[in-house]
Amino acid sequence: MDLRVDLPGLHLKNPVIPASGCFGYGREFAELYDLSLLGGIAIKSATPKERIGNPVPRIAETPYGMLNAIGLQNHGVDYIVEKELPWLAQFDTEIIANVAGATEEDYVEVIRKMNASPVVKAYELNISCPNVKHGGIGLGTDPKLAAQVTRMAKEASEKPVYVKLTPNVTNIVEIAKAVEEAGADGLVMINTLLGMRIDLKTAKPVLANTTGGLSGPAVKPVAVRMVYQTAKAVNIPIIGVGGIMSAEDVLEFLYAGASAVEVGSANFHDPYACPKIIEDLPRVLEKYGYQSVKEATGRSLFYEQNNYRT
Amino acid sequence: MRNDTALITEQVMIAPDIMRMELETGIAADTSCGQFIQILVPGYFLRRPISVSQVRDDNHLSLIYRIAGDGTRVLSQLKAGVTLDIFGPLGHGFPVIDEDVVLIGGGVGIPPLIETAKRHIMNGHHVTAVLGFASDSQIFAKEELESLNAEVIIATMDGSCGVKGTVMDAVHEYGISKERTVMACGPLGMLRVIGAYFEHGYVSLEERMACGIGACMGCVARTPEGDTLRVCKDGPVFEIGKVVL
Repeated sequence: MDLRVDLPGLHLKNPVIPASGCFGYGREFAELYDLSLLGGIAIKSATPKERIGNPVPRIAETPYGMLNAIGLQNHGVDYIVEKELPWLAQFDTEIIANVAGATEEDYVEVIRKMNASPVVKAYELNISCPNVKHGGIGLGTDPKLAAQVTRMAKEASEKPVYVKLTPNVTNIVEIAKAVEEAGADGLVMINTLLGMRIDLKTAKPVLANTTGGLSGPAVKPVAVRMVYQTAKAVNIPIIGVGGIMSAEDVLEFLYAGASAVEVGSANFHDPYACPKIIEDLPRVLEKYGYQSVKEATGRSLFYEQNNYRT
Repeated sequence: MRNDTALITEQVMIAPDIMRMELETGIAADTSCGQFIQILVPGYFLRRPISVSQVRDDNHLSLIYRIAGDGTRVLSQLKAGVTLDIFGPLGHGFPVIDEDVVLIGGGVGIPPLIETAKRHIMNGHHVTAVLGFASDSQIFAKEELESLNAEVIIATMDGSCGVKGTVMDAVHEYGISKERTVMACGPLGMLRVIGAYFEHGYVSLEERMACGIGACMGCVARTPEGDTLRVCKDGPVFEIGKVVL
């Protein structure tokens, strides 16, 4: 069974990548299994300066999922370059650096500081965070702003740039096409869906931040739909993410048009989720008649072109 | 820290909405007082972090938990003979120190103090356990601690048993010196008062968690200097003065 996937900057031995924010820099999971088993690792968002994040509670459970409002807590790009990236160099896996910021210039600054690291193979722009220069709206919700930050990142970057799209928009295909045109090498989709829970005893929001990002199996159908719609409209690779718990879920994303996948909150449900999925993937691909991951990518798009429903 | 399929050997309600569950698991051999395990409750997404109340032997753990919501209600209905997916032991627990200690627990904060009491008593030290409850109908763990030879002092808010008032009212009434080493677990307000009174000791914090291993930054506390601590990984037990309560 051929699990390999080649994407811009990323030579993945298998298509499974822990998603940014759910895996830190891998240190804790390295106590549980060999990180070299993974196709890649999307490390926690880096911002120019340290961010202390939101007050607690930051976590709430939901039916088949969870809400989080961590607030991009991280030590800042200098610390990550100095302490975390050299540590990650010991593993035979592809490191994707997730980049976040409050202004377009923040993304450029983080990328410039990470360019010299041989450990980072590609960037993933988190454009879901509120932007201070544009009235607090996320860059990812406006095609022009999304394209602009993509262009600036591409100019600054010496490595391929993937853009992680937010699902909290009316038309995700429009945003995807805009960042493709601006030079994005690939897409990662989807980020979390904005949600909220309220405590019945106190009538107050459960999260200190009031709202948070919904993830887990509850969002998987939304993610599959968005990957599918986008895959039909763009010519750059898509890394699918949203509620993946099993090798069967991976296959569903591949069918929808994803070339690889990120696994997020499943790591909390089962800390061994990623190696288990990787181990099970050959069996599932074989069961449905595939000899490689590549063969399965975009399989469902073919049917629509041939009007199989009629 | 590992994954295991644990067998429930007994599960009983020991006070209103307070359950005691006995588990057969090899994780017991590595578990120290004040640590916790993450339990996957069938049908629920996030694991439930539950502190260990006693390490019976290398193959048996005892847990005491409160039915706080739907997930723990489902957990409470599982019978002996059922297996559970558990992960642990997790976190840094209470230290075992070479002196007599005062243990203070409020309600469902009491369980991790039981193993802590046992280890100090086994080392030949005297343990004073101050337990706080709403009323005498809520009392649990008293006999368990007394059978370990701990001195147990009860405080109830309505005065139906022991000292009327909070655990701190009992501390004052019994003249427990602020110079003794305290180890406490319970509501944040209680820990705050304890941290202000005792000169040295340890508190165990509770927070909503996701990963339980320090990766997701979901459960954080702050140092007085403003640095971040992870309740699941750096704690849940912290030295008084090293964490903002």
